[in-house]
Amino acid sequence: MSRRSRMALLPHGVLMLAALCFLGPFVWIALAGFKTQIALLTSQIVFHPTLRNFHDVLFSGTSDYLHQCLDSLIIASGSAVLDLAVATLAAFSLNRMRWPAWCTIAAIGWTAVFHMVPPITLASAWYAMFRPLGLDNSYVGMILAHATMNLPLTLWLMLAFIADIPTEILEAARIDGAQPAQVLWRIVVPLVRPGLGAAAVLAFIFSWNEFPVALTLTQRATATVPVGVASFAQDAEIQYPQMAATALLSILPATVLLLAARRLIVKGLTVGAVK
Amino acid sequence: MTTAPRAIGLPVGRLPRQTRRRSSGEHLWRWGMMLPILALLIGMTLLPLCALLILSFSNVTWQNARPILTSAGLANFAALLHDSLFLASIRNTLVFAAAAVSIEIVLGLVLALALGAVRRGKDFYTTAFMLPILLPGIVIGAIWALMYNPDFGIVDASLGALGLPAHDWLGNPGTALGAIVAVDVWHWTPFCFLLLYAAVESLPTDVFEAARIDGASAWQRCRYIALPLLAPTILVVLAFRAIIAFKVFDEVYLLTSGGPGTTTEVVSLTIYRRFFVEDHAGSGAAMSIVAFLVLGAVTLAAMRMIRKRQAR
Repeated sequence: MSRRSRMALLPHGVLMLAALCFLGPFVWIALAGFKTQIALLTSQIVFHPTLRNFHDVLFSGTSDYLHQCLDSLIIASGSAVLDLAVATLAAFSLNRMRWPAWCTIAAIGWTAVFHMVPPITLASAWYAMFRPLGLDNSYVGMILAHATMNLPLTLWLMLAFIADIPTEILEAARIDGAQPAQVLWRIVVPLVRPGLGAAAVLAFIFSWNEFPVALTLTQRATATVPVGVASFAQDAEIQYPQMAATALLSILPATVLLLAARRLIVKGLTVGAVK
Repeated sequence: MTTAPRAIGLPVGRLPRQTRRRSSGEHLWRWGMMLPILALLIGMTLLPLCALLILSFSNVTWQNARPILTSAGLANFAALLHDSLFLASIRNTLVFAAAAVSIEIVLGLVLALALGAVRRGKDFYTTAFMLPILLPGIVIGAIWALMYNPDFGIVDASLGALGLPAHDWLGNPGTALGAIVAVDVWHWTPFCFLLLYAAVESLPTDVFEAARIDGASAWQRCRYIALPLLAPTILVVLAFRAIIAFKVFDEVYLLTSGGPGTTTEVVSLTIYRRFFVEDHAGSGAAMSIVAFLVLGAVTLAAMRMIRKRQAR
């Protein structure tokens, strides 16, 4: 019995150690964000917490952080909404409107290929295309770019969720004389709401996080949060506690979404990736 | 993964034959609903790729925000063969991907099996383990830049507590790539864990119960029952992670920008450098085309392999 109970402790030990490794950095960075530069540089363990860093990052005249948050919010929501619309329409048409099977395979294959190549390859082409059109450094350009990058994930998710709807329901609606658009809007959309939720949350988070394309397609007027964090971190006269405060603020949206919608996110990540 | 045609989204819900008369209105809907995605795919992936292809055979100069192209033939591609930066970046990316992915798979598997074995705290652990996947790579880079700082970082402080000397992990050519691998392991082990844990949860419990009654130890049950059953999933995760690892950019850009020397230069960074810093679009486009072809081929091969396994 004692051997069994000792064996049962092993997984707990492993998990606790792992949780420490994954959560430890957040605790440390949070503490750093409340320290003064001197307290951080001298590694004080007991210190007077200060809100100064957060205040400077958010409200000082030289900081663009709030503006970058707004840019990120516009681009992430815009691209997520565009993705949902495009992917749901396409998934419904591909899955339920008698396209030959190779069309679906081609759509999945092509999205898989450009999902897997480094984003910087597409970013350079977008830059060359957008610049003559005046779409570089614009919300429209960034929304199109991020929508394209997250389209594979949203398309695969919507295909999987729409494939799960029983045929009989849609057939009954059709026999009752509903147009395809009515079937989609009145029946399919309400039934795949969890799928839409998962796709929306993930598309939003991935757009919020995306760096290489934002780095190349934005300038000060449309710079997103990661671009801001990167330029902050490479500043020569770097204020370490402010950098910690910025990092802490920048992970808030994902953390809140994770706590609020963990099941949706798990489902989205596993369904979307296992394909 | 048991429902293969569903999982890849193949049409399973075809309407019965008698309702198959297609009206012209329906035809319109069918195409109309595909229009947005076709526009996005053609405008944002196909055209840019063609542009990239043209750029890769050209010398590019910019004039009033318009690219001026002159033909360069195969010169851009030929130059890649002797491009020491590009060759170094390929080597580093391969080393990085091999090291990071193998460590992540092993750790992810250990965590998935451990979580499968406990009863309490599952929600807490999955939430804690998932957080890194959802964070901006650049912010993870910023956090680790602070943690690696030789003056006040937690990494050296912990090692100091164990009696080891402080070390500039990112500034030293011998340890820089290893330090980046460590950050990537922290970032992506959760992803491997998540996919493997889903597979662990769907393992048949009666087999393990029978083995336990027959006197198999916990290690034997892992080694001879769980691992063989998990092998297909492990392969899928391996393929996915390997492909994603080749895209690495954010952390490297922030932590070392490829230095010291070229010890952490990776492919994405070199393309970025050529295209946007050195303003040599032709060479950057040629690299992009090579990367696209190689990774595209690998992706399609991996997809074929996965679908064959699913069909079995």
